[in-house]
Amino acid sequence: MITADRTLGQGRVAIYRHPLPVRITHWMNALCLLVLLLSGLQILNAHPALYWGNASTFSNPFVAFGSGQGPAFPAWATLPGWQDLAAGRRWHFFFAWLFVLNGLLYVIYALTTRRVDQVLAPTSEQLRHIGGSIRAHLMLRFPHGEEARSYNVLQKLSYLAVLFGLLPLMVATGLTMSPGMDARLHFLVEVFGGRQSARTLHFLTASTLVLFFLVHIIAVVAAGPLTELRSIITGWFVIRARKGQS
Amino acid sequence: MIDTASVGRRRWLQRALGAASGLVLSGCNKLAQSPAVNSTLEQAEGLTRVVQRLLLGRHALAPEYSASDISAAFRANGTTDPGTDEYNRHVQTGFADWRLTVGGLVERPLELSLADLRQIASRTQITRHDCVEGWSCIAKWGGARLSAVLQQARLKSNARYIAFHCADSLELTPDGSGQYYETIDLVDAMHPQTLLAYDMNDRPLTVRHGAPLRLRVERQLGYKMAKYVMRIEAIESFAGIAGGKGGYWEDRGYEWYAGI
Repeated sequence: MITADRTLGQGRVAIYRHPLPVRITHWMNALCLLVLLLSGLQILNAHPALYWGNASTFSNPFVAFGSGQGPAFPAWATLPGWQDLAAGRRWHFFFAWLFVLNGLLYVIYALTTRRVDQVLAPTSEQLRHIGGSIRAHLMLRFPHGEEARSYNVLQKLSYLAVLFGLLPLMVATGLTMSPGMDARLHFLVEVFGGRQSARTLHFLTASTLVLFFLVHIIAVVAAGPLTELRSIITGWFVIRARKGQS
Repeated sequence: MIDTASVGRRRWLQRALGAASGLVLSGCNKLAQSPAVNSTLEQAEGLTRVVQRLLLGRHALAPEYSASDISAAFRANGTTDPGTDEYNRHVQTGFADWRLTVGGLVERPLELSLADLRQIASRTQITRHDCVEGWSCIAKWGGARLSAVLQQARLKSNARYIAFHCADSLELTPDGSGQYYETIDLVDAMHPQTLLAYDMNDRPLTVRHGAPLRLRVERQLGYKMAKYVMRIEAIESFAGIAGGKGGYWEDRGYEWYAGI
């Protein structure tokens, strides 16, 4: 497959940004996270209260949604769209497996192609200028020229945090809620401070992922939704070439 | 001109988005109702069971806690009093005439009183009870090891599962399919922490928590741990019991393997 730059005229250049395995795992991940979020809220509706420690302190929860007893999250935010814990669990665990297998495929791909070093790790140059990058982002100003060829420092850091921080944390806190896995992974229960702590962290991490999703979408819209969307579907991302190059 | 065009486009976009999200929601619910989709989703249970069994083996123990971890208020779910005439009589007599029946595919059927059960090899453990709803409570359980009871009864070679028939009905049905029951396989039945518990926090089990006997299967969720156990049956298959899925909640859509 030819992945060299393509000159499009009018000073625009198409660069091959997202290889096929990245695009496939990106969309599979998006689907899994959506189903996991909605079915997760269905499961949480069965007992919408969170605790710290190993056991639930019913009269003194860390946080209770609604009354803490009845369903607290609306039907449109749950899968299925009616109260059914058993069905919610079926969706959740099926897509949890898909999510984990998809994540493993991505990790194998990223390691064998050294994608982490080459594409995701910020350069020391980028880290030095992180302040300017934050200011530009807050004003929703994104580079469109040659500097858009690689990810900017905030993009790199947030992708790294999601891929190697939040997503593995979702799996680890999820597994800690399993009474079966706890028989093998006693240390995980201790690391998270108990099964109910793991459940609370599972919820907080999911909430952080929702926040990431919102910022991700705002950034895509602000940076140019069509070219961004096209690049994660076809792989080709359009940038403006340097002056005089067209 | 540009303005009207972009307003029109925006309106169109809004309508399209509204229609699309409506379609997605109703589409999701259609999918969630489809038997084919549900039977596909159920495949994950088998994968979870096989992988957890591989990782856990027969002997890995559920975490045990210290006396200071015991929950002050242990929630009771499901039935909190079977309330049948027969059960009420047993409560009044302190379960003095009550007998646990052990039958089915065994060489030596047993009838065990509570005193008999207390003579059998026992174990005491402080463990965490995880309800499928999401909450957990910790208690100290004392009881006869199920493996020891089954050794006395001597399982026949074709026994694959142990069924627990209970005194309570969570749902009143004419055919008795609302009667609580559970099944576990021999891996869990022979596990050292699998008990027929008669004591909770050093006291005889109360009615709320399943008197006179409840099952403890510590590597699975709470609904597997049947309360008010009256009869134990060694069986080759659970297809013929009630809904055929191996338990009261299993017949109502929950997983038979509740390790997660």
